[in-house]
Amino acid sequence: MELSGAEILVQSLKDEGVEYIFGYPGGSVLHIYDALFKQEEVKHVLVRHEQGATHSADGYARATGKPGVVLVTSGPGATNAVTGIATAYMDSIPMVVISGQTPTPMIGSDAFQEVDTVGITRPCVKHNFLVKDVRDIAETLKKAFYIATTGRPGPVLVDIPKDVTDPAVLVSYEYPSKVSLRSYNPSVKGHKGQIKKALQVMLAARRPILYTGGGVILGEASEELVSLTKKLGFPITNTLMGLGSYPATDRQFIGMLGMHGTYEANKAMHECDTLIAIGSRFDDRVTGKLSEFCPDATIIHVDIDPASISKNVKVDIPIVGEVKGVLKEMLKLLDNGEFTPNPELTVKWWERIEKWRSYNCLEYDRKSTLIKPQYVVEQLYEVTKGEAYVTSDVGQHQMYAAQYYKFNKPRRWINSGGLGTMGFGLPAAIGVKLAHPDADVACVTGEGSIQMCIQELSTALQYKTPVKIINLNNGYLGMVRQWQEFTYESRYSHSYMDTIPEFMKLAESYGHVGMRIDKKEDVRGALEEAFALKDRTVFLDFITDPTENVYPMIEAGKGHHEMRLAPGMITDEDLA
Amino acid sequence: MRHILSILMENEAGALSRVAGLFSARGYNIESLTVAPTEDPSMSRMTLVTRGTDEVVEQITKQLNKLIDVVKLIDLAESAHIEREIMLVKVHAQGSYREEVKRLAEIFRGSIIDVTASSFIIEVTGAQDKLDAFLNALEEQSVFEVVRSGATGISRGEKGLHL
Ligand SMILES: Cc1cc2nc3c(=O)[nH]c(=O)nc-3n(C[C@H](O)[C@H](O)[C@H](O)COP(=O)(O)OP(=O)(O)OC[C@H]3O[C@@H](n4cnc5c(N)ncnc54)[C@H](O)[C@@H]3O)c2cc1C
Ligand SMILES: Cc1ncc(C[n+]2csc(CCOP(=O)(O)OP(=O)(O)O)c2C)c(N)n1
Ligand SMILES: [Mg+2]
Repeated sequence: MELSGAEILVQSLKDEGVEYIFGYPGGSVLHIYDALFKQEEVKHVLVRHEQGATHSADGYARATGKPGVVLVTSGPGATNAVTGIATAYMDSIPMVVISGQTPTPMIGSDAFQEVDTVGITRPCVKHNFLVKDVRDIAETLKKAFYIATTGRPGPVLVDIPKDVTDPAVLVSYEYPSKVSLRSYNPSVKGHKGQIKKALQVMLAARRPILYTGGGVILGEASEELVSLTKKLGFPITNTLMGLGSYPATDRQFIGMLGMHGTYEANKAMHECDTLIAIGSRFDDRVTGKLSEFCPDATIIHVDIDPASISKNVKVDIPIVGEVKGVLKEMLKLLDNGEFTPNPELTVKWWERIEKWRSYNCLEYDRKSTLIKPQYVVEQLYEVTKGEAYVTSDVGQHQMYAAQYYKFNKPRRWINSGGLGTMGFGLPAAIGVKLAHPDADVACVTGEGSIQMCIQELSTALQYKTPVKIINLNNGYLGMVRQWQEFTYESRYSHSYMDTIPEFMKLAESYGHVGMRIDKKEDVRGALEEAFALKDRTVFLDFITDPTENVYPMIEAGKGHHEMRLAPGMITDEDLA
Repeated sequence: MRHILSILMENEAGALSRVAGLFSARGYNIESLTVAPTEDPSMSRMTLVTRGTDEVVEQITKQLNKLIDVVKLIDLAESAHIEREIMLVKVHAQGSYREEVKRLAEIFRGSIIDVTASSFIIEVTGAQDKLDAFLNALEEQSVFEVVRSGATGISRGEKGLHL
């Protein structure tokens, strides 16, 4: 079969099984757009800003496990995509970004819309390519998808100069059925000896805790994690990225840990004697002050990326391997009787944890006449029966969503953890809705964040992706305001926007349903009404308490035992 | 501690900048770096000298291994190895000092590769400390240009860095 470079590109996407491509046209990708026009299998979603394209592709990837695919033009198209690429990179999300480039003979001449895309993106991609020959397109794409989706996943960019997709140049096409790279060997199996050693330590523990993260979701190992945790009978905490990999409503789950983690999870971290880290990367939002981190613990760490191990915290028993395989091996050793857990050992530990849990650290002022953001999330959880896909932006609202929506399944909680990208939520929700058209999709956002990619409301109408936008409108860049209250003596330097749009009207002008809710008693009804409108995007503008803070909080430079708790909360430390 | 990382990588445009970019992005230091193709033209070999605690160097090697273009790497400093660097030094040499420079060059097994009425260029090869010693032996004011290649190295014996 003889095809042009542009046709090869599109055909490769089909052969790769790509369903959606999120993009925005421009000069250097016009040949590709023409090839897209002539087919229907790969569906193109025209976003309103290239950042939106990357976040939508990212949301699609997080909700499905399949790679998200993006197409942008050279120059500003590519630079606009950088934030979304970095967002995917920090959270290890599989993505393939195709960018147009100045024709090869003009590269380096400061040509129109030329930027060094490969150079600009190098630090925030897993790998990138510049394709200089039409005969290399198919193989490069195969490599790109292979690299993006295997090992520790991540975004891969393929930069294609315009002349390489020239419709007049035809070459033979064959999509490689597989590819191997001598310098890249992603499938790693955990070392059996290390796995046994780890189990031995785990089963002798008196104060164990499982600390699991995004790697369990990326590695599709929730089922194994649940079985293992049940067999062990240990308490389990999740990172922000790991939420949903273990059912939040289960008794053994003690909540998220870290900066805004629960009292019980952070206390248990501080006092544990054995820490079992699985697919989590000891991020500074999780560890707090390193010198105070888990002072008594023997640390076991399962991770596919050797560079994650002992990066921030020295690990005693490292297991480099793919999480699913490692957990399966542990389950096998427990099932065949080689190792047997002894529940007696952890009875005291559980008593202690239950005590901490009984303080109910997520309790908030329910009597207030103002709408509390926590209340809105609780109601969202009830109205959607805990079954929705929830995306979020970045700020206080993100933490409330993480704390009060109890995720029982993986891939339901979709947020930017590593980069913390405001503007992520809405475009991500569109990607999720395309992937799961029959599911409820909510975007929990703030009046600051939503304005960073608000233009995607227009995309949502064109592609009929009815998502529900839960705007927790506190009138402030709330997370910033909170830090200023705590550490800058309430000097609210530029964290208040004097002017914000009337979101209801804005939503209407984009062709959606807008609602403004400023009474507590209307919260539930509004949510029910919105979710009943199955085929409409609804923007719910909840006017919430502007002074509310996220608790508990471990302030910068503090340890897990030094949490700042909601005012009025009494603990045994106070009593002692 | 000083470490000599010997890196086998794909001979591709951009591979060098991936390595250099990794060092600057993560705040690691590069003392010297040399790179050239190997007997297999599809690969090049880089020798990179860096300093850091064991933990830092462990992270560096892990991060380097993660780069798709990096095929294999070893830390030469961990076992018996040979290290060589080439240095070209231009010195002012007039009168009696000309003889002294010649003698010094001989002692360090250097060779004089360019001569004018007032200057010499001397080529010296060896490990870093030998080259340092040679420079120290010369009169400070006489040295007016120094070019060093940076270290390259190879491990001793049968074992080494190949596919
Ligand atoms: C405002 C704000 C507040 C935050 N507060 C908190 C907080 O209170 N608590 C909190 O936890 N986070 C918080 N975060 C998020 C934080 O910044 C990090 O993104 C997060 O903690 C990292 O989660 P993780 O350790 O699960 O790692 P991830 O980023 O999910 O990384 C996954 C790890 O798993 C490994 N992995 C991937 N695939 C596999 C596989 N197949 N097998 C084995 N291993 C694999 C990877 O190598 C990596 O090490 C906050 C973020 C923001 C923006
Ligand atoms: C692109 C970007 N710029 C700045 C920040 C820093 N930042 C983190 S949270 C936040 C405030 C977000 O405000 P809003 O969306 O209203 O959420 P709230 O905290 O009020 O719930 C800011 C500015 C960021 N995370 N991302
Ligand atoms: Mg706000």
